[in-house]
Amino acid sequence: MTTETLAPAIDVGGAVAGAAAPAVASHDGQGGSDPMAAIPSAVELRGVSLYYGAFRAIKDVTLNVPRQRVTAFIGPSGCGKSTLLRSMNRMNDLIPIARAEGSMLFHGEDLYADYVDPVEVRRRIGMVFQKANPFPKSIYDNVAFGPRIMGAKGNLDDQVESCLRRAALWDEVKDKLRQSGLALSGGQQQRLCIARAIATEPDMILMDEPCSALDPRSTLQIEELMAELKEKYTIVIVTHNMQQAARASDFTVFLTMDQDRAGYVVERGPTLEIFTNPKNQLTEDYVSGRFG
Amino acid sequence: MATPTTSPAPRTLVGSRARRRRETAIGRFFLACALVSVAITAFIIYTVLAQAIEFLLAIDLSQLVAPGWFPRRGMFDVATLIIGTLIVTLIAMLIAAPVGVLSAIYLSEYATPRVRGIVKPVLEVLAGIPSVVLGFFALTFINPAIIQSLVPGAKGFNLASAAIAVGILTIPLIASIAEDAMRAVPHALREASYGLGARRVTTATRVVLPAAVSGIVAAIILGVSRAVGETMVVAIAAGASGGSLRSWNPFESGQTMTAAMAALATGSDQVAGNNAAFQSLFFVGLVLFVFTLLLNVVGDSFVRRVRQAY
Amino acid sequence: MASQSATSIAVQRSLARQRRDATGLAFSILLLLAMLLTLVILVVLLVDQVTRAIPVFQERGVDFLTSGLSSNPANAGVFQGLVGSIVMGMLVAVLCFPLGILTAVYLEEYAGDNLLTRFIDINIRNLAGVPSIVYGLLGLTVFVAFFAALGFPNNGRNIIAGAVTLTALILPIVIITSSEALRSVPKTLREGGYGVGASRWEVTRQLVLPAARPGILTGTILALARALGETAPLLLAGAILGTFSTSGSLQDLFTGPYTVLPMTVYDWARKPQEEFRALTSAAIVVLLVLTLSFNTLAILLRNRYQKRW
Repeated sequence: MTTETLAPAIDVGGAVAGAAAPAVASHDGQGGSDPMAAIPSAVELRGVSLYYGAFRAIKDVTLNVPRQRVTAFIGPSGCGKSTLLRSMNRMNDLIPIARAEGSMLFHGEDLYADYVDPVEVRRRIGMVFQKANPFPKSIYDNVAFGPRIMGAKGNLDDQVESCLRRAALWDEVKDKLRQSGLALSGGQQQRLCIARAIATEPDMILMDEPCSALDPRSTLQIEELMAELKEKYTIVIVTHNMQQAARASDFTVFLTMDQDRAGYVVERGPTLEIFTNPKNQLTEDYVSGRFG
Repeated sequence: MATPTTSPAPRTLVGSRARRRRETAIGRFFLACALVSVAITAFIIYTVLAQAIEFLLAIDLSQLVAPGWFPRRGMFDVATLIIGTLIVTLIAMLIAAPVGVLSAIYLSEYATPRVRGIVKPVLEVLAGIPSVVLGFFALTFINPAIIQSLVPGAKGFNLASAAIAVGILTIPLIASIAEDAMRAVPHALREASYGLGARRVTTATRVVLPAAVSGIVAAIILGVSRAVGETMVVAIAAGASGGSLRSWNPFESGQTMTAAMAALATGSDQVAGNNAAFQSLFFVGLVLFVFTLLLNVVGDSFVRRVRQAY
Repeated sequence: MASQSATSIAVQRSLARQRRDATGLAFSILLLLAMLLTLVILVVLLVDQVTRAIPVFQERGVDFLTSGLSSNPANAGVFQGLVGSIVMGMLVAVLCFPLGILTAVYLEEYAGDNLLTRFIDINIRNLAGVPSIVYGLLGLTVFVAFFAALGFPNNGRNIIAGAVTLTALILPIVIITSSEALRSVPKTLREGGYGVGASRWEVTRQLVLPAARPGILTGTILALARALGETAPLLLAGAILGTFSTSGSLQDLFTGPYTVLPMTVYDWARKPQEEFRALTSAAIVVLLVLTLSFNTLAILLRNRYQKRW
């Protein structure tokens, strides 16, 4: 949590440093300055543990997600990175046995406080899924869905257009807005889902392996899109693809699981540091492809 | 860097209270709808049980054993009805079980999608034929054309012809449950069998059938339950609406539990009044209810076993 | 198969030889016979009934549909039964569909995995297997008695009590088939809805229900066809067996004596006079046209929307 006096100074620093900031920050896992906390945070996780019934899927994660940056969660399958991602907009609430401990501060508000409405959380923190899941509605209605449930009435043409433009899809679909979203190609569907997520004007977008079902060309388009979107949104992406994490993210969090299969954060920091100069042997083994 | 703020953060994530209230109200309303089915069960059990007990209190229990079931004469020989039910169910299953299971094997293992697209609707149409229709068919076609030509002494109304029609009614049910079970057998198992050079008949009978055995057992048990509960076919084709003597002869007229209930409901006195004959309706209903409930519970547990296995 | 190598021909031959193997052949024939038996039964039944019915339709024409019940076979018709069945169908649809579908929505979309949910679920499965005549007992002692207690004419034996009885009968079927349709809607669609901040009701109403609509419709239409063919519960729940007359007023329609087509069939099937045999078949044809058209509609609907996901 940034105090009011600190925030402006860092904001300026972050804005000026821009994409260069991660490279400048010194990477030091033990104490000292945490480069991921040196930028104002979108979400701060403090001692977060996640459970499915009695099974602990994530243990004791403390982590700052920097605002207007792309943060990648990487790690072997089953380490709980998707679970952690989904806990950040309370999608896990949909699983009856899922439970969260610790605190998760979103602009200073605990996402898991009693008064919080998960529906409201999801309007502020959007999500893009592993398999593109456009609604079986027209392209237009897919994008307009969010604004409409938020009470928008009347003509949404401008809003739909601007979301589709920001999702780099407008030129491809502007003549067929009334066609079904399901008729688009896989990469287009995924960008439609991004446009749909943007339409509720969230602060943050969570992406759960958004490119795992896409061909390399579409993957590249999505990665380029993320670089543009971070001007406005905080992005967290879970990926299996280490090249993708290296290419597209500013910060990387490496998770793995202990002998009880509970996931934990091994190392986190600027992406360049994690990939070129990891501090932990496990990280090194993973990013060099020796394990996972 | 997590320095706690001094002033509490603004509550921006409260959401709309109206929406929350609406969501809760909708959830409660849906729950209320779901509870209607519980109320139906409660009412069934209560009415049937209460009146059945009243019936048992009103009669002399020795009346439950008699040469036959003649409710209006105070003879409530339940064994007559149970024997009738057993005869009908047994004959019906002799037809429905093999035909149903073989149809299921055909549909699941042999039929091309095109053939399936024709055969499946045939079974569904058969399933959609009202039982009064099959009752009349049993009386006017199955009996003269089949039963009486094979067994010259068979009565104009008899249990056997009703049983055949009940069997026909049960075929689609058995075929559908058995087919579901066989289609649930993973394709990899079949491929493994073909991979070893097994022929289609071997794969179907030695691999798929054993793997789906729980589902087939379930299909037959639920088929039995259906046959036990079938009313109109027996009421029309088996005669004996006034009552019948205890008999194991399927070529005599006779009654099942359900047909006896229908007869009591359609009698000249229209089941009005509060006499023992009227209340015996509920007693038979109770026996029938318990009987089918047991069958369904057992059948359902087999169905669930299939679901768990794959 | 442009280029057929020697090996591929050899393989094909050996495969073909296997198919000609005796046990396999016998088994296929057995299966085919089982299937054909079903088909033959259906055809015989339909042909038998239609041929018996044709003279009645030739002789009476539309008159058979517009005449009322009568003990005189020469002018007996199915009018009351037809009207009763149509009104009954509408009442059951109005009562049962919302209740059944909303229950399914509760079980699939709202309920948590707790004891109450499991209890409701088991209860519905068992209700589905209760013989239809037992529902008649329920109809007689609860629903008919209820209308009688309210002072309705005809001792409460009206079409509404009958419709409530049949609603109870097909409710479990509607719930189970609707639940299956809801379950077949992919989880990813729901996630997409929740992901943009839709509430449970919004996701259910705007995304899940539209996607499940064909499946729900198929199941409910089949259930309605089942209700239209039911006789046994209505024997107890107040449908009239025999002749009766009504004033034809709307009030009489809902509170007076009533019957339905299957009851007419049952009534005539029991009559000793030979003339009623043909009439019964004619009534059966009318009944089959009614129920089988619902069945066909459901099957067509399902085939059209199958495998959307």
